[in-house]
Amino acid sequence: MNELALAVPWLGKRNPQAARWLVIAIAIGAPLVAMMFGRTWVRVLDFALLYILLALGLNLVVGFAGLLDLGYIAFYAVGAYTAAFLASPHFDLHMPIWIVLPLAAFFAAMAGITLGFPVLRLRGDYLAIVTLGFGEIVRIFMNNLNYPINITNGPQGINALDPIVLFGWDLSRNVQVTEELAINSLFLYYYFFLACVIGSIIFIQRLQISRVGRAWAAMRDDELAAKAIGINTRNMKLLAFSLGATFGGVSGVLFGTFQGFVSPESFSLMESIAVLTMVVFGGMGNIAGAIVGAIM
Amino acid sequence: MEIFLQQIVNGLVVGSVYALVALGYTMVYGILGLINFAHGDLVMVGALTALQTMMFLMGVAPGMSPIAMLTLSLLVAIPVCMLLAFTMERLAYRPLRNAPRLAPLITAIGVSFLLQTLAMIIWGRNYHTFPQLISTTPVQPIEGVFITPIQITIVIVSALMMAGLVLLVTKTKLGRAMRATAENHRVAALMGVDTNMIIALTFVIGAALAAVAGVMFASNYGIAHYGMGFMPGLKAFTAAVLGGIGNLGGAMLGGIVLGLVESFGAGYIEHLTFGFLNSSYQDIFAFIILGLVLIFRPTGLLGERVSDRA
Repeated sequence: MNELALAVPWLGKRNPQAARWLVIAIAIGAPLVAMMFGRTWVRVLDFALLYILLALGLNLVVGFAGLLDLGYIAFYAVGAYTAAFLASPHFDLHMPIWIVLPLAAFFAAMAGITLGFPVLRLRGDYLAIVTLGFGEIVRIFMNNLNYPINITNGPQGINALDPIVLFGWDLSRNVQVTEELAINSLFLYYYFFLACVIGSIIFIQRLQISRVGRAWAAMRDDELAAKAIGINTRNMKLLAFSLGATFGGVSGVLFGTFQGFVSPESFSLMESIAVLTMVVFGGMGNIAGAIVGAIM
Repeated sequence: MEIFLQQIVNGLVVGSVYALVALGYTMVYGILGLINFAHGDLVMVGALTALQTMMFLMGVAPGMSPIAMLTLSLLVAIPVCMLLAFTMERLAYRPLRNAPRLAPLITAIGVSFLLQTLAMIIWGRNYHTFPQLISTTPVQPIEGVFITPIQITIVIVSALMMAGLVLLVTKTKLGRAMRATAENHRVAALMGVDTNMIIALTFVIGAALAAVAGVMFASNYGIAHYGMGFMPGLKAFTAAVLGGIGNLGGAMLGGIVLGLVESFGAGYIEHLTFGFLNSSYQDIFAFIILGLVLIFRPTGLLGERVSDRA
């Protein structure tokens, strides 16, 4: 968790332990403070957490592996639409989140590989353009697949997604502790998302120092040299795309179920760029940076 | 058969607009290796500036002849775009000329959004009707095939502009300097070429073409709004890659081919997929072509450059 400590540099260098606790305290206390300014601010925090997840995933692709992806939002869309198909009145399927989440992650990863395969040979700006095109294609399909068979419900999107239910807890309902005291559902979502984000951070940190992470770094810095020392750059690239896409897919599910509806509008190029901005802003290849960028 | 001919006509018209825009992309890429994302938005600025001028002229001199009005508005739109491109190059791209490869690309995207947002502030979010000063009553050279005078104008004007550009690049001193700079900045500078000037001029020339393309594009469809430049911009880039980026002839060929593919695709996709996909999928053809070209023939139809350079 060193990266966490470094998020507050002025304290992190001198006293990492204290800095770590400070960050955790802020993360836990933030919604309580935000609540004083109104419910919308808690919502904003919830969305900030989702963006952190997205930025973390994109950071894998752009920052670690050095592949500029301008269509990242497509995976987010795949996740959100998977949730919409499997858990909404649209097809009258109501699967629990434990099935939706892995399935969405799987589909997103597949989409990542589908995109990854053809673009293996491309680098730099060409890669950026093709990924951008991929994002647009996905959006165009979502926008138009309501005819002749209604799959995505077109530009109107799909409404009334099932809320997340964890062990019989419906996250969309306020929890009645006593007669007067109730915990708002926004808080439940916040802590659930926070748990996801923390899980992802730990995962990514372990990944970064693993064989795979080091291989990505080598590939990013010099592809030829990486090949020469025996790194299978093809598999590594595909892995980067699919892992990054998985993160996108998972945050897509969370987004869809949290918001309750999905429509193609939420997945425009603008969003891809916004996430990219977060990553670039926070410093490419830096976990804490991605988080700070997303919160901004 | 009529449908087939009609699609050729449509494809040629759209394609020649793409080709004009693609020239701007390809010239800048040839010299700097930069994808100037904001180029598509110059198309939009050109169209909206021309629209503004026309509105003004209609207010001041209502009896003015359409041709004069169109010419005057072009004479306003072109310098505005040129100035914008010059500023853009000076402020956004020149400081980044030696930066790592992703920085200029991301900056270009930023400039593109900046232009769109500015245009949104100035002209609002609405779609504006663009006055169609050249008649849109179709003529029928062959029974069942419709061509409007404005479409004919578009094809002729584009052809003239492209011919002019080719002459400029191949026959004049400026063109020689441009080619030298594209070949190798440093050596060109040693030979006494003011490379900074040449690069700025490349942007400016591209912007002039974009302004004309913007006016033609808007006149053809009769609408203009702040986001109109993005899609044509992307497609024009696709056209440039298709023809072989950095190659003028390639950009023209690519534009025409892309226009034809797109209109044929939109016309026939419904039959080919048994009604499953319809013409609202028109936009995906450009991206599919782009992907295919980059995978199977990264140098484009006419290009010699290697796509690997980033």
